[in-house]
Amino acid sequence: MSNPEVIVVTSGKGGVGKTTTTANVGTGLAKLGKKVCLIDTDIGLRNLDVVMGLENRIVYNLVDVVDGNCRVKQALIRDKRNPGLYLMPSAQTKDKSAVSPGQMIKVIEHLKEQFDYVLLDCPAGIEQGFQNAIAGADRALVVTTPEVSAIRDADRIIGLLEANGFKQIDLLINRLRTDMVKRGDMMSASDVVDILAIPLIGIVPDDESVVISTNQGEPLVGNDSPAGRAYANVVRRVLGEEVPFLNFERGISFWTRVTGIFHKV
Amino acid sequence: MRRFFRRKSSREVARDRLKILLISDRVNCSPEMMEMIKLDIAKVISKYMKIDSANMEIQINTKGKGSRGKTPTLYANIPILDLHK
Repeated sequence: MSNPEVIVVTSGKGGVGKTTTTANVGTGLAKLGKKVCLIDTDIGLRNLDVVMGLENRIVYNLVDVVDGNCRVKQALIRDKRNPGLYLMPSAQTKDKSAVSPGQMIKVIEHLKEQFDYVLLDCPAGIEQGFQNAIAGADRALVVTTPEVSAIRDADRIIGLLEANGFKQIDLLINRLRTDMVKRGDMMSASDVVDILAIPLIGIVPDDESVVISTNQGEPLVGNDSPAGRAYANVVRRVLGEEVPFLNFERGISFWTRVTGIFHKV
Repeated sequence: MRRFFRRKSSREVARDRLKILLISDRVNCSPEMMEMIKLDIAKVISKYMKIDSANMEIQINTKGKGSRGKTPTLYANIPILDLHK
């Protein structure tokens, strides 16, 4: 493969949408014909398999690969729908010290031979799990929500990524609520970008369909929901396309108006 | 009228709190260390001129748009009592 990209999805704070973002961006890239491998690096608390709906197919995991219990290929689970998409699950029973940054780099080097994109779902925190996840990556996607605590942690993470030599760090703002922004009760996307001062790669609105898609174990990228459309745009921007940002102020009210009409009919 | 007297929205409160919080997070410099730097600067300048060390101030700023990636700068405000000691 020519020039594969290794992207770490990280945030510092837990629960802001790293795993959802990894699942959706990875699935979106695969839908566009890319060969994509997702790696869950959260050892001990794996979740990406559940969000992808692949939890029943796990035989081997990342720690098995590192320990030499299996070959890299044996630990890769093929996605249900998208032929170019694979998941390397994490171990549920070990802890973060089961893998070292050097071992991660080795696994990733191997995967780069077969994939266009390797996406790493990073655990929360800045300890060894984080160090493992960023070790083999050359690009980062920082996920935050428009809240003080999440933004503070994102700032810390960006500092650490810069100190580790990352040249490309992009920001994804998750769970934005336009109605609250309008009322003056939530920071806007531009407030967040102003404070964190890194390029914006996407704004994903707070959307019920994310919960529904996680319930079903099917990423929603590309479907006709606000979050599905937002993630589709993120994917195109990851590929380097210039995609104008959806105007959520108009977008959402328009959307509710349309669904409102349908409900009446 | 209410617009003039309205309280800050929680959005503005969050933004202002974060800005202040991140300055100290980014600089990662303890108040004790700042005090030591201040005393040392006062000592050096005092060799050449008479300064009002009680009223001097130092701070580290990360100025410039967005402030990220910009070199943090140390600002010192030192009142001079007598230029020629």
